[in-house]
Amino acid sequence: MPHRLSRPGRRIDPARALHFTFDGAPHRGFAGDTLASALLGAGRILMGRSFKYHRPRGPVTAGQDEPNALVGLGQGGRFEPNQRATATPLFEGLTAISQNRWPSLEHDVGSVNARLSRFLPAGFYYKTFLWPASFWKKVYEPVIRASAGLGRPPEGPDADRYEHLHTHCDLAIVGGGIAGLAAALEAGRAGRRVLLMEQDTIWGGRTVTDGAIDGTTIDGLDPAAWVARAVDDLSAMDSVTLRSGLMGAGVYDHGYLTAHERVADDRPGADAPRHRLWKIRAGHIVTATGGLERPLAFAGNDLPGVMLASAVRDYVCDYAVTPGRRVVIVTTNDDAYRTALALLDAGVEVPAVIDARSQVTGALPTRVRDRGVEIVTGSGLRAEGTGRVERVLVCDVTGDGTPTRRIACDAVAMSGGWSPVPHLWSHCGGKLTWNDERGFFAPDPDRPPVGADGTGMVSAIGTAAGHMDAAACLGQADTPVTQPVERLPRPTWIMPERAGPALRSKMFLDYQNDVKVSDIQLAAQEGFVSVEHAKRYTTLGMATDQGKLSNINGLAVLSDAVGRPIPDVGTTTFRPPYVPISMGSIAGEARGEIFQPLRRTPLHDWHEANGATWEPVGHWRRPYCYTRDGEDIRAAVSREIRNVRENVGLLDASTLGKIVVKGPDAGRFMDLLYTNMMSTLAVGRCRYGLMCSENGFLMDDGVVARLSEDTFLCHTTTGGADRIHAHMEEWLQTEWWDLKVHTANVTEQWAQIAVVGPRARDVLDRLGGMDLSRDAMPFMTWSDGTLADLPVRVFRISFSGELSYEVAVPANLGRALWDRLLEAGADMGVMPYGTEALHVLRAEKGFIMIGDETDGTVIPQDLGLHWAISKKKDDFIGKRGQQRSHMTDPDRWKLVGLETLDGGVLPDGAYAALDDRNANGQRKTEGRVTSTYYSPTLKRGIAMGLILNGPDRMGETVTFPGTDGKVHTARIVDPVFYDKQGARQDV
Amino acid sequence: MSDHATPLAQARSDGYVTVAEDAPRDMIQLKGDLSDPGLADAVERIAHAAMPGPLGLSTSDSAWIAWMAPDELLISLARGQGADALSSLSRAMGDRHHLALDVSDMRAAIRLEGAAVREILAKVAPIDAVTLPVNTVRRTRVAQVPAALWLSGPRTAHVICFRSVGRYVFDLLSLSARRGGEIGAF
Repeated sequence: MPHRLSRPGRRIDPARALHFTFDGAPHRGFAGDTLASALLGAGRILMGRSFKYHRPRGPVTAGQDEPNALVGLGQGGRFEPNQRATATPLFEGLTAISQNRWPSLEHDVGSVNARLSRFLPAGFYYKTFLWPASFWKKVYEPVIRASAGLGRPPEGPDADRYEHLHTHCDLAIVGGGIAGLAAALEAGRAGRRVLLMEQDTIWGGRTVTDGAIDGTTIDGLDPAAWVARAVDDLSAMDSVTLRSGLMGAGVYDHGYLTAHERVADDRPGADAPRHRLWKIRAGHIVTATGGLERPLAFAGNDLPGVMLASAVRDYVCDYAVTPGRRVVIVTTNDDAYRTALALLDAGVEVPAVIDARSQVTGALPTRVRDRGVEIVTGSGLRAEGTGRVERVLVCDVTGDGTPTRRIACDAVAMSGGWSPVPHLWSHCGGKLTWNDERGFFAPDPDRPPVGADGTGMVSAIGTAAGHMDAAACLGQADTPVTQPVERLPRPTWIMPERAGPALRSKMFLDYQNDVKVSDIQLAAQEGFVSVEHAKRYTTLGMATDQGKLSNINGLAVLSDAVGRPIPDVGTTTFRPPYVPISMGSIAGEARGEIFQPLRRTPLHDWHEANGATWEPVGHWRRPYCYTRDGEDIRAAVSREIRNVRENVGLLDASTLGKIVVKGPDAGRFMDLLYTNMMSTLAVGRCRYGLMCSENGFLMDDGVVARLSEDTFLCHTTTGGADRIHAHMEEWLQTEWWDLKVHTANVTEQWAQIAVVGPRARDVLDRLGGMDLSRDAMPFMTWSDGTLADLPVRVFRISFSGELSYEVAVPANLGRALWDRLLEAGADMGVMPYGTEALHVLRAEKGFIMIGDETDGTVIPQDLGLHWAISKKKDDFIGKRGQQRSHMTDPDRWKLVGLETLDGGVLPDGAYAALDDRNANGQRKTEGRVTSTYYSPTLKRGIAMGLILNGPDRMGETVTFPGTDGKVHTARIVDPVFYDKQGARQDV
Repeated sequence: MSDHATPLAQARSDGYVTVAEDAPRDMIQLKGDLSDPGLADAVERIAHAAMPGPLGLSTSDSAWIAWMAPDELLISLARGQGADALSSLSRAMGDRHHLALDVSDMRAAIRLEGAAVREILAKVAPIDAVTLPVNTVRRTRVAQVPAALWLSGPRTAHVICFRSVGRYVFDLLSLSARRGGEIGAF
């Protein structure tokens, strides 16, 4: 049985008890424990159930690579599933629940799957549920989903906050074991800027625990003392940043590295970011990520009580817990003998060490033998028991598994040897080489991931580079190291090597996903010979541990099954992150109010306080309409439109783009940008202009004002401001660099308020300061002046067909002007109107809207805007595009107005359908609706659309089948529905 | 109430670094040939500060000049001095090809005060905030929007961004400066 030992543990403080619950039951552990060590200390080894067969599982590791001991942590908005108990530091009040079981972890109905395992082999999803097809969605998938799976997703919003940190360094070292510390010392002494990170909460890696067992010394010190001295030395260096609890997660191009920091996991509810994602730009990256011990594939290797040998000694030495009272060790190498020594030192019985090697003569085994432990050479084993290990049956490792003896025990410590952790090296293309002697893949220093200069941007050092002894890990010839010399391991992929099907189907490779040796062999037999295909077919390595334990063993089994050497089979792809990181840390601060930047006009707060229904326009929010008590949106829009036509309305037009173009060549540049002739525009006057892409398609429109002989102000659409400014700069900087022109996007310098309606002039006159009469300021002119003592620039332009002034005022005075307009016009019925009223007003006048009448395939000629395309100019952007045969095709759909016969409103985007059908059996079309509204002015539906030969078909009817099954019939009419002469705007 | 409404209405938040709207200043955007001694002379005369080099920001008692691009400066003056400075600048520039505009209302300006100002900048901008020298301007991004930032002293940083996203940037910096988020790595 697992239990707490009465001896010190390196990480724990027995004077500080911590209380926690697991599945509701109260437990006690110590400060420094992980959840797994505390549960073992409390006598519990069953911590989870597997994904597919619901098999009972205990922890197999003591760290981040754990596939079995997954729990749900926290509650409510802080619940998080699939957390590794072995890597979760215990804290006071921790609540954990087990997963994938019903009704309880001990008695799980789903474990019947294990008995059906014969019917659930590799790829069973693809084989079993093919027929009948209709059963997949309704029957098979729900059943599979209910029985498979791990933790439940959290419900409700995440209660915590997260953040990012950008940092730069010369050298980022991932891993704070002795290799990483030594590299940091060397670089720090050379004055380089170093960031050294360690995923664990303490420094030193494996060497501290292992060295205390075997008596290793570094520079005359025991490893703990050497590590403490190194950390002290590094802390004293200004150019070195040391950070524990920071996990190097991913390596990307150009020395970019991400790392995940757990800030407040152990303080739920604290006012602190829970996790922090570090975004590191490093001159060079060093991976000192150490190694992972491999399990052995023997039958029964997934029984609770079977653990990696290194995990067993970590539990014993670091946490003072043991997984059992009698622990059998099974190994292929000398390293596992450290576990035997640790157990013996802790007073735990070690009945035997089963070693696959026929000759066992190393220094560590000799010490174990000297302490009276039997070493059974040339052997393997299988484990048996109900719900946990009760015995092992020893056999010849090269044989078929016939038992030669039986040993009672309650735990097994296994070691299939060590593999370097190559993940970060490999993320960005670093290649691996196979070390046949030791049976692992290690980074190939000749094929590193390369940076912008073509040289390696990542180096692997220490165990991560394939070095398995302390001296090589340090990489410092002048530092004396004493450490027992280890003999070579005997890579053993299946134990015993000639096991029959019965044993092979109990040898687990991927614990979490229940992938066994037999599954990989079946996949190979069925033709999935590529490692990537076999992975996906069997789900090997697709669990939350991403194959940390199973990868090498699985591909070795595959290699054997397909009869190709291991390096030919290769590994699957290593992708970031190294271990799962929270989605919250990726989003960082971007949630809630600051999920996205919201652009606010100077009048935003007024709109918000006065009933605005918002419409997102890019990142701006513009008022769609302002609803009053008892009004719905439609009523509000109608009221706003009628008020503009009858009295006066105010529109916040601040979002419209405003770009200043200045220079001796500004006129030439403007003529190239716009389809119109702009260089002839007189100072003080305005002109509506069109801008096209070089393919001729209409991309933006707006009013241009000539401010002076060499200065133009270009208004763009709201969404076009940044895009059009970039467009101008691109042409200036790449093609027309010889033009003397400067541009500036001054959109946000100004608040702009449109004052629109028959009483517009009356309201403005009341503010006083400018003569805005028809004679002093005719239609399509602008003027600087003051209104109500505020400095303004007034444009007499109209997008509604009414008498209209757009008044620009420095943004910080925008609210003052708005307030004064409301006050001055109160008795004239002044009221604000929103974007929907704006749209309807312009549609009543037949004015086009970029994004409605245009969609990137429409040229000005389609919209009847020939008058705005200069024939005198040699060139403008889009001119040649518009001369292509398809652009001059008379059959292009052209803009017309559409009036339904019944006065109703046409559905937006509807297509005009013909009776004929195309080769696919679809109705042929002859046009589509581009804008459609109810017009409160005309009291009927109005629409614009692009129709085949439309302008030549006035009075004809076209039919629009709606998605509601109704067919709408509309008459083709002139697109100007209201005040065709334009008398109202020119008063 | 004054007619003049700054984008953040003097907002302030006190975390482990104080985040507050900076006092309003007048600003002139100048585009032109920065290597022209005539331009440098005109600029130095209105700001009483030296012409900055690339990424530089030079200061006088009441003004500063920031290098924004190889052909662009931003000149900041005490509030109320912009209009006169702009006309003197335009006069001094004469026929030289240039663009000078009053952009006093175009931006939100935020000041950060505290020992950990570099840390707050590092949370939101992909720059190397640790080595950023005082009076060096970085045009970069803060989280999702463009901004310019610089340190005017070891404990004071300035962030300017477009007016419309001033509230976003203020909220972002305030959250980043909230107590509990101290990193202490720099």
